[in-house]
Parts: sequence; structure tokens; C-alpha cells
Amino acid sequence: MTERQMLGYFPGETVIHRLNGTAKLVFLLVVSIACMTTYDTRFLLVMSVVSVVLLKIAQVKWHQISFVVRFIIVFSLLNIVTVYLFAPEYGVALYHSRTVIWEGIGRFTITQEELFYEFNLILKYFCTIPLALLFLLTTNPSEFASSLNRIGVSYRISYAVALAIRYIPDIQEDFHTISLAQQARGYEMSRKGRLMQRIKGVAQIVLPLIFSSLDRIETISTAMELRRFGEKKTRTWYAQQPFQKKDSVVIGSAFCLLAISFGLFYLNGGRFYNPFQ
Amino acid sequence: MKKPVISFSDFSFKYHSQAEPTLKNINITIYEGEKVLIVGPSGSGKSTLAKCINGLIPQIFEGELQGTVTIGEQDIRNSSLFERSFDVGTVLQDTDGQFIGLTVAEDIAFALENDGVAQPQMQASVHTWASKLELETLLTQRPQELSGGQKQRVSIAGVLIDTPPILLFDEPLANLDPKTSCEMMEIIEKIHQTMATTIVMIEHRLEDVLCEAVDRIIVIGEGEIVADTTPDQLLSSNILKEQGIREPLYVTALKYAGVNLCDVQHLADLTKVKDEMLMKKLSAWNPQKDLSKTILQRAELLQLEEVSFGYNRKNAKILNQLSLKINRGEMVSLVGNNGAGKSTLCKLVCGFLQPQQGRILWEGAEFACNSIKERADKIGYVMQNPNQMISKKMIFEEVALGLTLRSVAPAEIEDRVLNILQICGLYPYRNWPISALSYGQKKRVTIASILVLEPDLLILDEPTAGQDFKHYTEMMLFLEKLNRLGLSILIVTHDMHLMLEYTTRALVMSEGKLLADTTPVAVLTNPQLVKAGSLKETSLFTLANNLQLPDPVSFVEKFVSYDREVRFK
Repeated sequence: MTERQMLGYFPGETVIHRLNGTAKLVFLLVVSIACMTTYDTRFLLVMSVVSVVLLKIAQVKWHQISFVVRFIIVFSLLNIVTVYLFAPEYGVALYHSRTVIWEGIGRFTITQEELFYEFNLILKYFCTIPLALLFLLTTNPSEFASSLNRIGVSYRISYAVALAIRYIPDIQEDFHTISLAQQARGYEMSRKGRLMQRIKGVAQIVLPLIFSSLDRIETISTAMELRRFGEKKTRTWYAQQPFQKKDSVVIGSAFCLLAISFGLFYLNGGRFYNPFQ
Repeated sequence: MKKPVISFSDFSFKYHSQAEPTLKNINITIYEGEKVLIVGPSGSGKSTLAKCINGLIPQIFEGELQGTVTIGEQDIRNSSLFERSFDVGTVLQDTDGQFIGLTVAEDIAFALENDGVAQPQMQASVHTWASKLELETLLTQRPQELSGGQKQRVSIAGVLIDTPPILLFDEPLANLDPKTSCEMMEIIEKIHQTMATTIVMIEHRLEDVLCEAVDRIIVIGEGEIVADTTPDQLLSSNILKEQGIREPLYVTALKYAGVNLCDVQHLADLTKVKDEMLMKKLSAWNPQKDLSKTILQRAELLQLEEVSFGYNRKNAKILNQLSLKINRGEMVSLVGNNGAGKSTLCKLVCGFLQPQQGRILWEGAEFACNSIKERADKIGYVMQNPNQMISKKMIFEEVALGLTLRSVAPAEIEDRVLNILQICGLYPYRNWPISALSYGQKKRVTIASILVLEPDLLILDEPTAGQDFKHYTEMMLFLEKLNRLGLSILIVTHDMHLMLEYTTRALVMSEGKLLADTTPVAVLTNPQLVKAGSLKETSLFTLANNLQLPDPVSFVEKFVSYDREVRFK
């Protein structure tokens, strides 16, 4: 089953696995802010490389993330195409310069500036998504909950989030089983089927998936209440890790990156790095 | 005089959502240190009774209460769920669903976490309880990856860590294989003895519960107390039969042999059921054996040749060079411990998984190139959980789905669906929404929706799990009827009674291998096979051995064929 399991926590022994969950969460949040606010291509390029290297260090395998990555690629492409369709010359306005590659049809021109702007958008995905995946794959959900709790989120919400993450593999498993059952009923979802039929087949999985998930939720919430979850204002965490020196280093470096990102605002005279001037 | 810890007096309860009260005029007193079993058919109100004890009623499930229930010294109306959890520890029915912690250790510690106990203390308690329940080596594992028995021990540890004076078990044996069920009862008995805990169990597998002593059995039927007595007295009465609860097989055998049950001492303890008189009566019992059944030469339908499968190369193989045959028109049972590879076998046959080695043949032809859908035209697979199969809102639509997708003409669909609904006893409900059905009825809907495709072979995964004796009997008679109409049936089950009474051939699996392929009687009277397959020797065989009958195996055979005749009349 582990072959199919995706996006859940994979236990491991790398440096990244052993970091404190809170440190990793703070790193993820702070670095995401740094990458999301800036359009400095140099910074984004460096961060993309760093993200991918970190994935490598954590020994994340391609098959663990391939499904999600493909999913994200489809959506980001969709996003980029929409950005182009709505404002084909947005880049021109941003960079105050217009270098036409192809005049195109009507308003749909292709300019270097627009391409550069969209390239920056793609880079942002490259910076943040690997980090988010890294966090999900290397952080024990219980420890994650305790980290959220530690940075000030209510423990009820923290636990709900952790449970949701924990159930991702289970729900994927359910999804798979239900999909097989539907195929046995006659939805041809193997490669022998036509695309429309395959899409319809997937839609049929949703209802049984919701029912089986509702079953799960009911049982687990009863079990939790019977063992006094939610009675007190605070709770302790069995899985909480002590804070170590390397965790402070991680948090420190995250804030350094944020500082660099903000410093670049000042240097570039705005959020955008402009090579056209 | 012992102190009463649970007492219901003139208690009635009605859920807000229902018109009729679920519990009526309940009067029960359970004393400190007692071990009490509550039995009753589905819908009798036994789960509602459990909810009154552990505090879910009236705190979570609201309704109208009359009379009083006192737990410890408190009225249930005045105590919160929080306070109650210190008095009553509940082990829920669904072991998989009730695991909250990611690892065994966290799950055991969950209650302490909620109490805000400091980490070092928590670790100490977890280790203490883990060692008491032999879980020390499993602390860092995911609870879901454990075996059925280990899972139960984890959930018990998580409850015992509070040392509650009362332990409540809601169907602790559901989904456990027979051997694990026995171990479970031993653990409960050990806790009962060493910690003097009051134990309340709700379970309908009476015979399995009685492998350890119980002080008292309370029978509930339609919301009222029908009996509150000792196991011996209950077994010698007719109450079980009237309430549709299965009595232990050996008791049925004694009845067939014309023994007056009131004369038998210690009837509930099989090891003590032995005396001269019984031996004479049972040896004298010699019903006409039905020898008219000629063994037909049957054509091969499905054949597996040295099939191997593992989820990945590193792990051990789940199926290891397994070969077996299923012939046309047979009703075969597939048994073995949890994790023996039974479900994997079904999935391979249906094409959900692909074998790494070996061949699967259908009527002698290679099956590998057929897609899941193509195989589904020949093999119908009914999964254990009906919620994973149902995708439409209305019963008619659900059953018609497979035909609609195969572009069958609407008029023919209507004919075939209505016909199947008749056979499955669902015709009166044809225009109902599925959400209005009970679990057992949903299960029938899934069977109907598979049958309508007219497969040659029907594979059922635990068709009777979670159903009481009445529904179980209905379901099995229905399957037997289908079998007589020519359908071949393979049933995956943990239920030894089912295997013995309804199937003609049994396949025993263990660790991915086929241990035996023989008659159910031969399986359950062979101690080595019973042990290797985590099965349980049938109580008939135990009884025959205890009484030193000359030929125990033929005694079991006689019983089975006689019992079939009685049932078919």
C-alpha cells in the first residue's frame, strides 16, 4: 500500500526529519511570505534551487510526490494561461518597456516582458510548493499539531488539522478502493475507456467517498469525546519534541531570507526586479 | 452484599428523531466487580443502553429520559461526559476507526494528553500499560498496521490508563478471527480478575464470549429486558431462540439428541459438560443421514496457478505460489486469520491488482488481458463495506447502474432490475432512497446491483459481518437459494458456523499459502489446521471429545447434515 500512498508523513532519519516541527512550520510560513511578496527573479531562482535541494536532502522520492506535482502543474498552467488571457500586456505595464516577439492576433501579443512576468510566477510555485510538500512529508502529524499549538493556534484546531493530514492516506486508499468498485460496475476507467467516460466515472466516486468519510468522522469524534478531548483549555502533547540549537538556526535563517527579500524591495525600488531598464 | 455501580430503574429513553422509545422500563442493577454480558438482536436497543452507561446519552445524543440511571453515585442527567469518562472506560466496536493517535504510544496516551499530564509522567504510564498488555515492542508503530488482536489491546490500554472502575465493551469481537476472539476474551478475563474491574460487554457472538466465564447475561428484545439470569439458566431456556440470538452449536446438538437441558450442570462451560448420561444419549443419537447427495463432476470455472503477489519487492509476499480451483455451481468458503491474504486474493481475481507471478484462468483461458470491467461481467465482487460501493441515491438507480453503463435497453433494464429486487426481497423498497435503509439492507442492495449483471461467480467479503442471527439467516438462505439456481459462490468469512453450515468446501489460507482444501467438517475437526489457520475448533467436536464419543468426526458430520435437513424443511 505504501507504493500508492501520497502526501502523507513518511518516517525517515534525515536531518530534516529530526528538526522540530515548530521550526519547520515557521520556516515554511516565513519563507513563503518572502517568496510570495517579491518578484525579484534572482532571489526566486536561488530559492527554487534551495527548495529542490532540501527535497533531495530529505530523501523524498519522485513517486511519493509525482501525483501531487502533476496535479499542481495542471493548475498552475491553467493559472498562467488565464493570467495571459485576461491581460496579455500586463508585463509591459509593469516593466515600462515593450519588446515585441510576435504581434499575434488582436490584443493577444507576445512580448518579452509578459513572458518574463509569467516566468516569475512559475518560479514562485517552484519556491513554495516543494517546501510545503517537504513539510507534509517529513513532519509527524502529531508533532505538527503540537507545533501549531505552540505558535498560538488553539489546540482543537491544531488537532483537527493534524487529523486531516493523517487521514489523507486513508482517504486516498478509500478513493482507490471505491474507484475499483465503480470500475467493476462498468465505468471503464482504465486506458481502454474514453476520456468523458473516465471523467464521469471519477465523479461517481465522490458520493461514496463522502459517505465513508462521514462514517470515519463520526466514529473518531465519539472516540475522542469519550477520552475527554476538548474538556480543558490546554493539553499536553506526547509527541512534542524539545527545541534544539539547530531548530533556532532554521528559524533564524528563515527570518534572514525574509530580510533579504524585503531588502531587495529597497534595492529594486519596488517588488519587481526589472532587467528591461 | 456488594455495592451496586450501575443501576437503571424504570428507565425509558426516546431519541428526539424517533417516534417510539428505544428503551422501555429498564430495571437493571450491576454490582461492583461483576462481569455482565448484554445480548440482543440488531435494533433491540443494546447500543443505546451502552450509550446511557458511557454518557453519550444524554450528553451527545439527546432525547427524552424517564426514570433514573445511576452510575457510581451520580445520576446520568447531572454528570458531564468528562466526569463520566473517569467512571466508565469504553472500548468501541470499530477498532480501526477509534484510533486517534498516530502511533500506538500516542493513542495510549491520548486521555492523559487531554488531562494536561506532563510529558515524562505520560511516558512512564504509557510504558507501564504497554508492558501489561504486551505492546512494548509496538509503541512506535501505526495502530492501523497491527493485527486485529493487537489493535484491541491498544484500545484497551488507552482506556485502562485512566483505571476506570467500569469497563464497557461494545461488540469487541466484531471483525476478529476466531482465534483472536478467544485471546480477546482471555485478556478481558485477566483484567477482570487482576484489577477487580466491573465489566459490561455487548456482543451477539454468544458462543465466542462464553469461552471465558460470565457472571450474568442480560437479554434485550425490542427495548425491554427479556431475561437477566445466569448463563446456565439462559442456555437451558428457549429465550435465545425466541429472541433470534444464536445459541452455541453444542447446545443445539444436545437438543437434537433429546437431552433435557435443565438436567445438565454447568451448561455454559463447555469443558464441564460431560457425564455418563450425556454420553449415552449422544452416542445413541443417529439421525437418518442424507446420502442421496451424489457428488457431481463439476466443470472448472476459476483456476489460480502458482500465483504470487507482494505490494513491493522488499516486503514479504502476501500471496506465495498459491494454486486453487473453483468449480461451477459450488459454494465455497475462504477462511484464515486477518492478514492471511484473503482480500488480496479476491482483488487479484477481480483484476484490482496484478499478480507478479503465476496465472489466473477463467474456464481454462488466460484472464490477464481482461480489464476490471470485463472481468466484472463474469465475476461479481461484493465488498465488505457497502458504503464503498453505493454511488446513487435511489435503490432502483443503484441496482440499474451496471446495466445502464452497458447500454442495455431501458425496458430490459426495468425487467431485470425488478426481478432481482424480488429475489433479494427489496421489491417493496424499490422507490426508496438508499439512505433510509439499514446496514444489512444496504448490503443486499450491493449484492442485488452485482447480481443484476448475471455473473457466473459471486465473491462475497464477510457478507454477514455486523448482522444479527435473524438477518444472518435470511442472508445465508438467500445466498443458498442463488446457489441452487446455479450461481457459484465464494464467501470470505471469519464465521465458523457459516462455513460449517452453508458451504460444501473450505479453503484455508495462512501467510499467503493455501493450507487446506477440504470439507468444512474436516477443517474444524483437525487441531493442526485449526491452529495454523487461526480458526476455532467447533464446539461440537470439543463436546464429542469431552464425552469421549467413539467417532467425534462423524458426530460432527451427522450434526451438520441433520441440521441442514431441519433448516430446509
